[in-house]
Amino acid sequence: MKKFALQDHGLVPAHILLTVEESDEVLQSYGVDSAHLPKIRVSDPVVKEIGGKVGDVVKIIRNSSTSGESVFYRLVID
Amino acid sequence: MTVPKRIGKISFGLISPQEFRRMSVVKIITADTYDDDGFPIEMGLMDPRLGVIDPGLRCRSCGGRPGECPGHFGHIDLIAPVIHVGFAKLIRKILRGICRECSRLMLLDGEKRMYIDQIETLVRLGQTTDDIVNKVFAEARKHKVCPYCSAPQQEIKFERPLAYVEDGHKLTASDIRDRFEKIPDEDVKVMGMNPDTARPEWMLLTVLPVPPVTMRPSITLESGQRSEDDLTHKLVDIIRINQRFQENREAGAPQLIIEDLWELLQYHITTFLDNTVSGVPPARHRSGRPLKTLSQRLKGKEGRFRGSLSGKRVNFSARTVISPDPNLSINEVGVPLEIAMELSVPLVVSPRNIEVMRDFVRRGSDKHPGVNYITRADGRRVKVTERNAEEVAEQLEPGWRIDRQLMDGDIVLFNRQPSLHRMSIMSHRVIVMPHKTFRLNPAVCPPYNADFDGDEMNLHVPQTEEARAEAEILMRVQENILSPRFGGPIIGGIHDYVTGNFLLTHGERRINRLEVMDVLKKLHHIEIPEPAGWDEAGAPYWTGKQIFSLILPKGLNLEFKASFCKNCDSCKRDGCDDDAYVAIRDGEIICGTIDAAAVGAFKGKITDRVIKEYGPTVGAGFIDGMTQMAIRGIMLAGFSFGIDDEDIPKEAGDQIEDVLNAARENVRKLIDAYKAGELEPLPGRTLDETLEMRIMQTLGKARDNTGSIAGRYLGIDNSGVVMAVSGARGSMLNLTQMAACVGQQSVRGERIRRGYEGRTLPHFRRGDLGAEAHGFVHSSYKEGLNPTEFFFHAIGGREGLVDTAIRTSQSGYLQRRLINALQDLEVQYDGTVKETRGIIVQFSYGEDGVDASKRDYASPENVHRIVQRVLRKEGA
Repeated sequence: MKKFALQDHGLVPAHILLTVEESDEVLQSYGVDSAHLPKIRVSDPVVKEIGGKVGDVVKIIRNSSTSGESVFYRLVID
Repeated sequence: MTVPKRIGKISFGLISPQEFRRMSVVKIITADTYDDDGFPIEMGLMDPRLGVIDPGLRCRSCGGRPGECPGHFGHIDLIAPVIHVGFAKLIRKILRGICRECSRLMLLDGEKRMYIDQIETLVRLGQTTDDIVNKVFAEARKHKVCPYCSAPQQEIKFERPLAYVEDGHKLTASDIRDRFEKIPDEDVKVMGMNPDTARPEWMLLTVLPVPPVTMRPSITLESGQRSEDDLTHKLVDIIRINQRFQENREAGAPQLIIEDLWELLQYHITTFLDNTVSGVPPARHRSGRPLKTLSQRLKGKEGRFRGSLSGKRVNFSARTVISPDPNLSINEVGVPLEIAMELSVPLVVSPRNIEVMRDFVRRGSDKHPGVNYITRADGRRVKVTERNAEEVAEQLEPGWRIDRQLMDGDIVLFNRQPSLHRMSIMSHRVIVMPHKTFRLNPAVCPPYNADFDGDEMNLHVPQTEEARAEAEILMRVQENILSPRFGGPIIGGIHDYVTGNFLLTHGERRINRLEVMDVLKKLHHIEIPEPAGWDEAGAPYWTGKQIFSLILPKGLNLEFKASFCKNCDSCKRDGCDDDAYVAIRDGEIICGTIDAAAVGAFKGKITDRVIKEYGPTVGAGFIDGMTQMAIRGIMLAGFSFGIDDEDIPKEAGDQIEDVLNAARENVRKLIDAYKAGELEPLPGRTLDETLEMRIMQTLGKARDNTGSIAGRYLGIDNSGVVMAVSGARGSMLNLTQMAACVGQQSVRGERIRRGYEGRTLPHFRRGDLGAEAHGFVHSSYKEGLNPTEFFFHAIGGREGLVDTAIRTSQSGYLQRRLINALQDLEVQYDGTVKETRGIIVQFSYGEDGVDASKRDYASPENVHRIVQRVLRKEGA
């Protein structure tokens, strides 16, 4: 069976793995701990695809009916 | 924000007899409460160690005074075990699942291990284990012979309310308890219980906890007689029977008597726990009233959870019927004098206001606005009466607090249930009025969803400066004109307000000087403009549009289509034949009619524009002015609607008859074509469906045609048409049904087909497909319906009623679940949405960080407006 990238699918929003510096910056800008972010599992297919590890922060850019594009951050958990 | 203590986990279990004894401060052995001198009897039901309720005494267990001491449990040692009703079903399941000889769960070791694994997984995931546990019991029950000791098993029958019969013998609670005691801990785990916190034998009570007296206070009646709480009564019964049981058993009474007493004890304990068990006659008070026992205290709407914790009665509130008063501002509420004299606002006396405060106090509590109570600096409260008013007024010092009666200008919260959105509670300014109803401007009915057919509303008086500030800044009616739901005005003209504006501004209505004065007499700061012209007699006249323009802010520019705009292919704009194109330049109506689309609730375009450009204060002023003007406008024109307003001339009736006959003929032709097999099916439809659709179409068109004939003859002068066209109330369809033809009745969007075999009513032939046989009503409401039509109409009408009934209950439940899930979310100052633990739910409120009520939709129209405004500025 042919392998394909989940992210190429039109309905899967863009998931971007943040570096430690980037995620620190995000947390600082919102003034929260990483525990206060929404969560995503390491076992999530997209997280597997982009190689996220527990403790990483994933940036998700979704299409939104109100703002066109909306940015979410999720903490990778077990 | 830090939470002082965080709950990590809650676990539920059963209390063991040892635990009951450990938490008990006294063993209760006598059923008596007080001795002849009125002192509680030791080891009785009112033992002083159980807590205190009488003022002045101290608790013998903790030393606390009444109010401080939470009360302490005692216990009763039961002579024989008794079944706990709440667990009757579970006891049955366990009895059937375990061996009657060796008490082991009748499953093979491998199965047990598998189920334990599954249960542990579910527990780890935080999910319910009910399904697995039920399966365990169902599997265990299948064994007819114990797999461990090979003992043959008997069917155990459960007889309501509380008997377990095995092989014709009733199992006593002791038997059951003995069996349960022998169940190994490992097997308890398979049954989904934790043997450390819940052993099955604990479901049979051997010790009964006696609730503290604070939970069942006795009340002293006026006669000095003590009246005990229902729980105390029940406990007395339990102790008495327990004692008799013991005496009889020790005396070696016959088995029959022992059994009877045991059953009686079971009955009393059952009703002590729950007095509504089916099959058990409820225990009654001497007066015949059923006792309110433990589970009745917790259950239901008035129970502890829904009645005392989720919601409770509050002070400083009032409730009465509402009625309309168009002379009030939308920001005001009329409060009956009697209510105003009962409610109060606390005010602190300071050197700067002491004289004013003295005036209030001097008036006493019988003269409005007076003072009901004063609180001295040391916290002592004194009731102000006519007698001591003067004296107290003189004593008044800075630092004291007075509870001043509610008076004009005070800010209060006003609420109508169901409180479905935030506009269901808004703050108003008080206007004290005579009579007994709350009065409000009908323009604020839409957000409350109120009408005046007997609705009642609640009023609350904020008691602190902070609460008043918050009420005034955030909750004022004028701050809530724009709904956060769709960003448009939810407050505006309804019914006669819309009609009034329509009558005033439609066409070139000429208004003479006297009438102008009349229309404007309730408005303030109005300058009468130059007359629009002079009539033949040389008297000046003004137009309705001119008059309405007086309440529009200067500089307002707006163009839109009125609600009765016909949406012509090419809009003639200000040349509109129906006067349906509204143009406002610099606060002057150039053309067009003011109707629901301009000032109505939920749509008012002018209201919307005024608030967004001039702010809520000007907006509220506009609505107030509009309502005043509309009321005068409708009175000037005169407006009524009656049965003869639906009269149509004979020729109109003939035309309608022709249209209906033609439709009937067309339907007949369709049916003939169908029967002859000449009907062409529509794509994707069967022949039957096609016929139905074509018939519905034909009849629908016929009804519309009769409507337009009637509409033509009724004309714009007709009151019904005015209301329908302006958007005040009703629609042209309603008028059509009254004057011309009611039309097709339907169930689930189809013609009526149910009834007898092959026909709807016995008046028709079997298989009749015609219009009359399937619910087409030719008559109008005015003419009256014939019997078959009436019946079909009732069918269609019933469907509507059922739909609304179901919809309201379903949407109410849906709303409750949604609110319960969302109520703790909060929009932070940085725009993020967080829940109470600080976990982010949205990184920007609504993903775009916009408050819908504060946003002006970025439509091309608005860009156009901005360009126009800039150009005008440059020109000036």
